[in-house]
Amino acid sequence: MTNVTAERQEKSAVETVSVWIDGQAYDVPKTMPHPVSGEQVGTTMIQACHMHGIDVPYYCYHPKLPVAGNCRMCLVEFGTPALGPDRQPLYNEDGSPQIRKSPRPVIACATPISPGMAIYTQTPEAKQMRESVLEFLLINHPLDCPICDQAGECKLQEYAVDYGKADSRFVEQKVHKPKQVDLGPRIMLDDERCILCSRCIRFTRDIAGDDALGFADRGSYSILTNYPGKPFDNNYTLNTADICPVGALTSKDFRFQMRVWFLKETKSVCTSCGTGCNIMIGSRNDRIYRYTPRENDAVNSCWMCDYGRLNYKWINREDRLREVQQRRDGAPAKTNWSVALKEVAERIESSPSGSIGVVASARLTNEELYLVRRLVQDKDAITDSVPRMGEADHLLVDADKNPNTNGAHATGIAAKKVGADIATIADRIRQGKIKTLLVFGEDVTKHGIEADLLKELDTLVVSDILPNATTERADYLLPGCAHAEKRGTFTNAKGRVQKFMKAIEGPGDARPEWEFLHELVQRKTHDGGSANLPALFNEMAEQVPAFHGLSWGELKDTGAQASL
Amino acid sequence: MAQEYRLILQHADEPGYTNDIECYLRHGGYEGLKKALALEPKTLEDGSVKSGPEQIRDEVRTSGVRGRGGAGFPAARKWGFINHNSGKPIYLICNADESEPGTFKDRQIIYKDPHQMLEGTIIACYANNVHLAYIYIRGEFHEGAEILNRAIREAKEKNFIGKNIQGSGYDLELYLHRGAGAYICGEETGLLESLEGKRPYPRIKPPYFPAAYGLYMCPTIVNNVETLCCLKHVMLMGGAEYAKLGTPNNTGTRIVCVSGTVKRPGYYEVEVGKVTIRELIHDFAGGLPEGRSLQAVIPGGSSAKVFRAGEKFQIKKKAGDGQETVEMDLEDLPYDFDTVVEAGSMSGSGAVMVLDDSVDMIEAIANIAEFYAHESCGQCTPCREGSLWLKKALQRLAHGRGRKEDADYILRIADNIPNGRTICAFGEATAWPVQSTVRKFREVFEARGAEDEARRARETEGAGGVGKEMDVAASSQP
Repeated sequence: MTNVTAERQEKSAVETVSVWIDGQAYDVPKTMPHPVSGEQVGTTMIQACHMHGIDVPYYCYHPKLPVAGNCRMCLVEFGTPALGPDRQPLYNEDGSPQIRKSPRPVIACATPISPGMAIYTQTPEAKQMRESVLEFLLINHPLDCPICDQAGECKLQEYAVDYGKADSRFVEQKVHKPKQVDLGPRIMLDDERCILCSRCIRFTRDIAGDDALGFADRGSYSILTNYPGKPFDNNYTLNTADICPVGALTSKDFRFQMRVWFLKETKSVCTSCGTGCNIMIGSRNDRIYRYTPRENDAVNSCWMCDYGRLNYKWINREDRLREVQQRRDGAPAKTNWSVALKEVAERIESSPSGSIGVVASARLTNEELYLVRRLVQDKDAITDSVPRMGEADHLLVDADKNPNTNGAHATGIAAKKVGADIATIADRIRQGKIKTLLVFGEDVTKHGIEADLLKELDTLVVSDILPNATTERADYLLPGCAHAEKRGTFTNAKGRVQKFMKAIEGPGDARPEWEFLHELVQRKTHDGGSANLPALFNEMAEQVPAFHGLSWGELKDTGAQASL
Repeated sequence: MAQEYRLILQHADEPGYTNDIECYLRHGGYEGLKKALALEPKTLEDGSVKSGPEQIRDEVRTSGVRGRGGAGFPAARKWGFINHNSGKPIYLICNADESEPGTFKDRQIIYKDPHQMLEGTIIACYANNVHLAYIYIRGEFHEGAEILNRAIREAKEKNFIGKNIQGSGYDLELYLHRGAGAYICGEETGLLESLEGKRPYPRIKPPYFPAAYGLYMCPTIVNNVETLCCLKHVMLMGGAEYAKLGTPNNTGTRIVCVSGTVKRPGYYEVEVGKVTIRELIHDFAGGLPEGRSLQAVIPGGSSAKVFRAGEKFQIKKKAGDGQETVEMDLEDLPYDFDTVVEAGSMSGSGAVMVLDDSVDMIEAIANIAEFYAHESCGQCTPCREGSLWLKKALQRLAHGRGRKEDADYILRIADNIPNGRTICAFGEATAWPVQSTVRKFREVFEARGAEDEARRARETEGAGGVGKEMDVAASSQP
C-alpha cells in the first residue's frame, strides 16, 4: 500500500470512539485497514492500546499479518458500559460511566473495541495470565539461550524479564522435537524452540503468496514443517526469521556469526533494485553481518527479499579498490587524492567543449550524480547511465535493478531511455571527438564501450569499488565507497527520496564519491559549494527541480516524495 | 421405578426394525418433513406473512429444544443468529463427530435409525433456507458412514433430498464427510476448518462465530445428531406439545449414556429432568456391583467436573411465585441441563460415568488427562502445554513417583488453562475434570504423594543413602 492511499484511508476513517484503557479515556479510530486486504475493519484492543503507547505483550500478533490469536499472551480483562433497565448507561457518583466487567478475559489482538469499552491491561489477573502463558511456553523450551542466535532479540527473554520466574517448578521430562531442521536453502528450524505462533506460516501464505509451511502432529508434540520433499524456498523466506519471535527460525547466513548485541545498527536502504527497501545494517568493527528490513509502509512494509538481504558480501570483499592510482609509463601507480584530484580537475577544465563523455552509474546517490552534472555542465558533455532491467515480482522486487534511476534522470545524467547515449559516446570516441571519459561505478567494457576503444582516449578517469576491465585501463583510478560506507539519498522507482546513513568505514584510501566529487567541483569552479552532506542535499534540492521543497532533515527515516 | 421415555429411540431396538428407508417409511418416516414442507405461508393480524420455514423456527422456539451436543444451548436461539439477508448461502452441518468419552448415543441413531437423523437434518435445513448441508461423521464410525451414505442415497431416490423435494420446490444437497480421528473436530469451528480441508484448529471468536463467518465464511448452523432428531418430533407433535415432555426449560427427552462400574451400562432415553442420578444408576443401569459403594459420578462426559459421592448441593427451586433453595444430595439431583450446572458441573453430552470405591481416583483422572493431552490440537498455548503437563504430573503420581506438594502443583497448572484463556472450550475440558477431582479428593492426592516420598526415602536409606536426591523427571514418562 502506498503512503498516499494509507493517508486517504486514514482520513476517510474519521469516526472515532472513546475507550477506557486502565482507567484513562482515549479516542481511537473505529476502524483500521486490514493488514493484508487493506479493507477497513474494526480496530482491535491491541491496536487501541499500542497507538497510545500502552504496552500489551504478544507473540503471535504481528501488525502486518492476519490475526491468529493462539499465543494468548495478550489476554486482558475488559468491561462494557453498564446499562439500566431503560437501556441507558449508568453512571457512578463521580459522573464516570459504570462498567460491567466481563467475567472472562479476551485476547486484545482479536477483540474489536466498542464505544465506552474499558480495557484493563495492568490488573493482577492480567499479569497472572501473562505469567502463566510465559510459564507454559517455557516448560518445554530448551532454554539454550547461550547458544541461540535469537538471544538478545528474543521475545521469550524479553517477557521473561517482565513476567518470568527465577525458578521453574516443572519437574517432568521435556518434550523433545526435531532440531537443525533444514527447511530450505536459507532457513534453519529448531522445533524445540518454536512456540507455534504461526507467524511464519501466515507470512509466507498471506504475504509472500507461497503456502509452504504448516504444523504437523498435535498438542504439545506439534511441529512446524514444510511439505515433505519441497524445500521452503521463495524469495522472501528470510523474513520468517525476522518475525519469528524466538530462535526457531534462523538465517543460515547469519546464524552463529555474531551475537546480536554487538551489532551496530545503521539505518540504510537496499540497493538491489528500484524499490529501495528500507533496511537496518548490522555491523561490527567495520564489517557487515546482516541486513534486516526496516519498517516503511510507503515502501516495503516490514519485509525485504532474500536476494537483496544477502546482497552485501561484495562490500566485505578482499579485492576492494583501496588505492588512488595514476597511470605512469603505461602502468598504474599509487598516488594520493590531492595529486589525482588536482590533475583530474585540470584535465576537465582544459578540455574543449564536446570532448568529454561521462558514464555515471545509477547506483550513485542523488548528490553524487548532481555533482557529476555540475562538474561537466559547461563542457557540453554527453552523459548517461547503464540500464539494468530484469524481472519484477508481485511483492517488492522492481524490474529496474538500479537503485537510483530516477535520481539519474532528475539530475540530468541519464538519457531519457537509460543507456541510449552510451552508443553515441562510443561513436564519438571512435571519431576522436571525445578525448576524456569519466566513468563512475560501471564497467563500460560490458556496456557498449569496448576495451580497445578506451585506448583511443587521452584521459580515462574511473571511480569504482571493485576491479574490472575498465578500472584496469584507468589513467586515474579513484576508489569509491559502497552505500554502507557513506551517507546519501536515492530516488526509488516510485520517486521516493530516501536517505541512508554510514554504517562502516570504506577500505584503504577509498572515499565517498560525493566527497571527492565535491572537491573536484570546487577545484574546477572555485565555488565553495557544500562540504557536508546535509548541506549538499539541500543545495541540490534548490538546484534540481524534481527535488524542490525537500530538505535533508525533513526526509526523516522514511523519505519523501520527489516531483518527477 | 423410573421409566424410559423412548421418543427418538422408539423403534431403534425393536425386533425387525432395520435401518433402510422402506422400514423407516413403514414406521411413519419422513412424515415430519412432509408436514414441514406442506406448511402454507400464514398471514398475521398485522398483515405480515410468515413463511413455512419461519413457522417451523417458531415451533422449535416453542419446543424449547436445547442442544444435545454438550453446551445445551437453545436450538432456536442458535438459529436466530443467522442473518437470512446476507446474500451468502447458509450452510447446515450435522455434527456426528461423537467423541466425548462415555458418550455413545448418536451412534445408536446413526447405526440403527439413520433416516430419522436425515429427516431432522432436512427439516432444519428447510427451516433455515439451507440448500447445502453436510454431515460430519467421526472417522472411527466406518460402518456408520456406510450406513449414512446408503441412507442418503435412498433418501435421494425417494426425493427427500435433491431438487424440488416432494414437489415443494425446495432443493437440498446433503453430503457426508468423514473425519480423520480427532476429538477436536467435534468443536464446531474446528469441524468447519476440517470440513474446509484444513487442520481442525478451532477459530477465534470473535470474529468467527459460525452463524456469521462459518463454513467458507458463510452463515452456518452446526447441530448435534440428537438435536436434529428432536426436530422431527417437534414437527410431528407441535412445539407446545413437545415442551410438555421433560421439565420447564429442560424439555423433551434425552438419551443418557451410563457407563463405568454399574451392572448394566447402556443408553437410556428419559424425559429431561424427570429422573435423578440415583435412578439412572440404580433403576436403569442396575446399580453398582455387589458390595461396592459409590465414590464419584462424572455427569456429562469426561470433560465434566466430577461429583463426589455424598456431596450436597444448594439448588434453587421454584416455589410459588418465588424461589427457595433446597439442599440436595448428589444422587437426588434431577438429570437435566440446569440443575447439574447449578451443582457446579454439566450434563454435557449426556454421558454419566459412575465410579465406585474400587476405582483409584488418581488413576482415573490420569487416564482422562492422558486423553486430553492426546487430543489437544496444539493451537493455543495454555491447552497445548497445560494438557500434557497435567498428564505427566498425574501419571507420575499414579505410578508411584508422587510428591507431597503434587496436589497443589497440579491445581496450579490446571487453574491456568480454563475460563476464557484458550481459543475453544477444550481448555475447560482438559482442566475441569482435574481441578474438580483434585479439589474434591485432595486427601487422596496428598496421601499418595506422602506415601511415595516415604517409600523413596526408605529405599534410598536401604541403598546406603546413595541417590538421595529425588529425580522425578528422569523417571517420568515422556
